[in-house]
Amino acid sequence: MASKFAPWALRSGGSALRSCARQQRRAFQVSAAARSEGLNVHRDTPDNNPSIPFQFNKQNLSLIEEVLSRYPSQYKKAAVMPLLDLGQRQHGFTSISVMNEVARILEMPPMRVYEVATFYTMYNRNPVGRYHVQCCTTTPCQLNGSDGIMKAIEEKLGIHHGETTPDNMFTLTEVECLGACVNAPMVQINDDYYEDLTPEKTKDLLTALKEAAEKTGAGGNAPGLAGEMGKDEVSGKPTGQKQPNALKLGGEGYSAQGANIPAPGPLSSRVSCENSKGQTTLMNEPPSPEQVFRQDGEL
Amino acid sequence: MLSAPSTKTALRSPATKSTLRALSTTHDGAQQRRSMATVQDAPASHSKELQDQDRIFTNLYGHHGADLKSAMKYGDWYKTKEMLQKSHDWLIGEIKASGLRGRGGAGFPSGMKWSFMNFKGWENDTKPRYLVVNADEGEPGTCKDREIMRKDPHKLVEGCLVAGRMMNCTAAYIYIRGEFYHEATVLQRAIQEAYQAGFLGKDACGSGYDFDVFLHRGMGAYVCGEETSLIESLEGKPGKPRLKPPFPAAVGLFGCPSTVANVETVAVAPTIIRRGPNWFNSYGRERNSGTKLFCISGHVNNPVTVEERMSIPLRELIDKHAGGVKGGWDNLKAVIPGGSSTPILPKKICDDQLMDFDALKDNQSGLGTAAVVVMDQSTDIVRAISRLSKFYHHESCGQCTPCREGSKWTEQIMHRFEKGHAREREIDMMQELTKQVEGHTICALGEAFAWPIQGLIRHFRPELEERIRGHTSRAGGEALAGGWEHGAEKRGMLISPGQ
Repeated sequence: MASKFAPWALRSGGSALRSCARQQRRAFQVSAAARSEGLNVHRDTPDNNPSIPFQFNKQNLSLIEEVLSRYPSQYKKAAVMPLLDLGQRQHGFTSISVMNEVARILEMPPMRVYEVATFYTMYNRNPVGRYHVQCCTTTPCQLNGSDGIMKAIEEKLGIHHGETTPDNMFTLTEVECLGACVNAPMVQINDDYYEDLTPEKTKDLLTALKEAAEKTGAGGNAPGLAGEMGKDEVSGKPTGQKQPNALKLGGEGYSAQGANIPAPGPLSSRVSCENSKGQTTLMNEPPSPEQVFRQDGEL
Repeated sequence: MLSAPSTKTALRSPATKSTLRALSTTHDGAQQRRSMATVQDAPASHSKELQDQDRIFTNLYGHHGADLKSAMKYGDWYKTKEMLQKSHDWLIGEIKASGLRGRGGAGFPSGMKWSFMNFKGWENDTKPRYLVVNADEGEPGTCKDREIMRKDPHKLVEGCLVAGRMMNCTAAYIYIRGEFYHEATVLQRAIQEAYQAGFLGKDACGSGYDFDVFLHRGMGAYVCGEETSLIESLEGKPGKPRLKPPFPAAVGLFGCPSTVANVETVAVAPTIIRRGPNWFNSYGRERNSGTKLFCISGHVNNPVTVEERMSIPLRELIDKHAGGVKGGWDNLKAVIPGGSSTPILPKKICDDQLMDFDALKDNQSGLGTAAVVVMDQSTDIVRAISRLSKFYHHESCGQCTPCREGSKWTEQIMHRFEKGHAREREIDMMQELTKQVEGHTICALGEAFAWPIQGLIRHFRPELEERIRGHTSRAGGEALAGGWEHGAEKRGMLISPGQ
């Protein structure tokens, strides 16, 4: 009689019981998930939604003029990549408002701008820390110990790939080849390459960067260094900080307000890509153009 | 599996081994012995050593500044006006005579490629014409263009003008990868200096020829190093390669005739014309002439970027300039000879490998960008190649299905191979998979991720099998296909029908 009232329960009961007894655990991901790309869709968040206004500042507007002059006038949209980059530098990351503003300036459908912003990995569509630490782990770096560098950074900062420290100071990303393989292993921090690393040097570097940011008041939540110094880039009001010394590019390293950061480049005895035991070529004074000019008189 | 011609012969008659080795290094007068059909009929390696005064990139190690004044002192912008006033046929003829082949990887003869721009009736075409310089250097192992751009930017800027003149271009766009921020700064400064000195712009160098150079920064996409995808990217779109034909020389950037060339190719052009094609042609073997920047990274004592003659023996290159392999030559396991997408070569081939396009092609590899990645005996070679698969998975643009899906599959399978978590027959499946991808994609990224894996299977199959056997004995039985552990069905992990 029971079969009449509940035929379904009888039919499937057995298999249901069987599967209960058996463990139903199934590994969905066999290989490690590659989380190098962010989500390819936009989700509104309090700090990234279309209702947040964004406008280029005066300095950037004049740069945009210059950028647009490089491309044929009917191909204004070719400037979308430089403009998004400018927007990212001003705003800190490529928010949806930055993309919309770029679309407006270039008279492009916003979707075309979103396409570009999601395709290229250097547009951070989510906020990143003051220092975006990008550690290269591709084969040439891997052979020279990038695993150790990655581990050192993770230990030092307590974050993993794709995460930001709670004080918004550092974001760590594992990236693909950055094109400095002779100086492997290396990291890129914002725009600077730090090469020939060891785990200890990496930790020292991160300490120096953090100290520098704290001393100059450019912490994780402060407005950017890229703008006018001493002024709040968002509001344009003075922040009450003294004008820091002019930042030096390369050479001796940055030094401002008592904070010192090692110069970008190899953190070893090397200058660039030469043999660390001394050059094997180009040891003499290069010849003058007349000395090596062709003899056949054709030119 | 095919093996190298020399080893194959050597296997047949061990006595000839030493003579063969002698042949492949000296060649002089000796007859060429070939064991199978190859392209290697270029006669001899010119044993002429490259001297310091014959190196093109004299500022490779930062001897002087990157500014215009120093550049002019050491030979840039010397008699550029005279060059520009020559006819384009003469200029291209010089490049053809020099035997310059593209330095970006494919090795297509530059003179011929550039002559495609001067097709019949080009004079009547009112459209602008562009030279696009590919400075989107992203191939793992390669870091030569970066050195040119940050230390010898004027060679590149002058190269743009001279190469642009050959193709009668109106402007050049230099597409530099976005990560090279400081390199872009240096290059932009060099361009501005050249404008201020009257070398660029209207009436460039006083020759009556108008030419502009613009810089465009990429934003981090390896695939934009492919020429059509670079053009797409420059036009403000996602960098997805276009189908060819039409080739860029017909319809390229902004719909106008354009040619994409590598930084090194463009940067050496003025020096070749200034010093004569015969000078350039006197280095390297026939059809592989000139000098080349080699980037030697990985397990060598002193990694280095160095300019050397083409056809230099690999061993000499590593021993002379990079301080040798860590632990000596006998500690060598394998070498990736030309950037990540060229198949790996084991030590027995590396022993007498010449570094040029044809010799490497004979050993089923390629010169690529001449980025030599050295691996010693301590290397986990499967992991090294598996990391490359991850790279290609990350960088596939997603346009063609074989590449988009194939790069993901290969990455997953390679990841299992690292631990040996596979069946032996999966090695053959992998080989077949890569063969299916090869040639079925729009751009060469399909080949690029297939070749390293094929190279690994070709030369290191015993190592793969050994790993699989090791894993089998540890797990108590052979793994199931698709990445399931031995005995997964007994533990209730396989629940779909048929498994």
